[in-house]
Amino acid sequence: MNVPKNLKYAKSHEWVLAQGDTATVGITDHAQHELTDIVYVELPASGADVTAGKECAVVESVKAASDIYAPVSGEIIGVNDALSSTPELVNDDPFGKGWLFKVRMSDPGQLDALLSPDDYAQHIGA
Amino acid sequence: MILAGTTPVSSAGNSQFDTRATRRYASAHMVTAEKLKRTPLYTQHVELGAKIVPFGGWEMPVQYTSIVEEHLAVRQRVGLFDVSHMGQVLAAGPNAEAALNRLLTNDVRKLAVGQAQYTLLCNERGGVIDDLLVYRLEPTVYLLVINASHIAEDFAWMNAHAGIPCVLENESDRWAMLALQGPLAPKFLENSATLAPFYVERESVFGKVCWVARTGYTGEDGFEILCEAEDAGEIWAELLEFGAEFDIQPCGLGARDTLRLEMCYPLHGNDITEETTPVEAGLSRYVAFDKGDFVGRDVLVEQKEKGTGRKLVAFKMAGKGAPPRPHYPMLAGGRAVGEVTSGTQSPSLSVGIGMGYVECPAAQIGAAIDIEIRGKNFPAIIEKKPLFRKSK
Repeated sequence: MNVPKNLKYAKSHEWVLAQGDTATVGITDHAQHELTDIVYVELPASGADVTAGKECAVVESVKAASDIYAPVSGEIIGVNDALSSTPELVNDDPFGKGWLFKVRMSDPGQLDALLSPDDYAQHIGA
Repeated sequence: MILAGTTPVSSAGNSQFDTRATRRYASAHMVTAEKLKRTPLYTQHVELGAKIVPFGGWEMPVQYTSIVEEHLAVRQRVGLFDVSHMGQVLAAGPNAEAALNRLLTNDVRKLAVGQAQYTLLCNERGGVIDDLLVYRLEPTVYLLVINASHIAEDFAWMNAHAGIPCVLENESDRWAMLALQGPLAPKFLENSATLAPFYVERESVFGKVCWVARTGYTGEDGFEILCEAEDAGEIWAELLEFGAEFDIQPCGLGARDTLRLEMCYPLHGNDITEETTPVEAGLSRYVAFDKGDFVGRDVLVEQKEKGTGRKLVAFKMAGKGAPPRPHYPMLAGGRAVGEVTSGTQSPSLSVGIGMGYVECPAAQIGAAIDIEIRGKNFPAIIEKKPLFRKSK
């Protein structure tokens, strides 16, 4: 299972790429593999405020609907519009073209509470 | 995301599809609950990389590769399912016909020897205790194939309500069952390739004596193979080996659910329950109203004559969007008129599909409705069943 070294991870299987005060968020390779067949992604509105640990998006596979939790708090400054027509990008490229949304972090210190790649790998038994 | 907290495909008590994490939770927290059973093929499923989930008291493969891949393999080529969790009840002897005609809604007297019939086991209120296939194996020997989570309950009910002394045996532990489904299935069983739909015969499969039936739950041609539990592993392996040249796909319960929903075959626990009747579910053609008395007849005759307040309808989402799921509200003209009982993204049609009970004035084919998904309304159209038709 792929666990890129340049990311931080939530136990709830979201990844975060931090660049300055901007956090790009997606779901991990492990999560997309567990869900398989992703057919719909519901994203927050641009400008919405999200709170770390709270539901802010939904990813649906053929099998089930799964809530996505914001790994950090802040304002949504961008969402991946491509997912509305090609939600399967989350399966095909979970750490790249399958990203979900970008947050302007209100408290970048929250990143410290997330898991390192090694800890996340251990968390999923990889 | 909580991988364990996902909404199950089929949310009724007997139909849990969930993730590995839930299974760990279940095993850790349900020490007093009945231990989950495994079919004779469990080890083979794990070796094939199946994702295993609890279903109806069993640890079953929900998928091997992907529900969509497995679904399309069955529509286009051939797939192999382990359905050994299903139960089998044998009814035999000179009284079997009368007992079954008292217990079940359809008329077993219509069956030729070697023929199969879809039928329902109802309570006195006309509610559906289970739906099943009856196979007439010999003139006075019938095999009933029932749902996994209902075996003990169905068997007790049959014994209590047969109304006439009759040999009834719960043979669920004896039999394993494999479903070979898809247009290429006849290539596998040459001897049974001429068997008519809804017929069964005693036939050797890779040297093992089996009951081979031209039945299934997918809408495709194919067979259901009833074999002795100890023979299942060998037959499964032989079918996969023989099928390599046809790119055979082992298929789990996930694809079984999407395939049956495209055909609008009801799933007990979701689309039909003890609180719904065959008339409401649009299954009147499996009720022999004039065959004489049977359990539930009074209610069913009255519903047939006076109509019902609600009907099980099939619908297709009008555009791309979130797939419908069980318990989502169904609306007409902004007013709640029903609830989704089964829903998914159709792998064949690439659109959300489902079924649900709707108040009768709103239950018109072609009618525009809305499905409420997380507080938002998405348009859908009530469609004729089945939702998927094979192009010839």
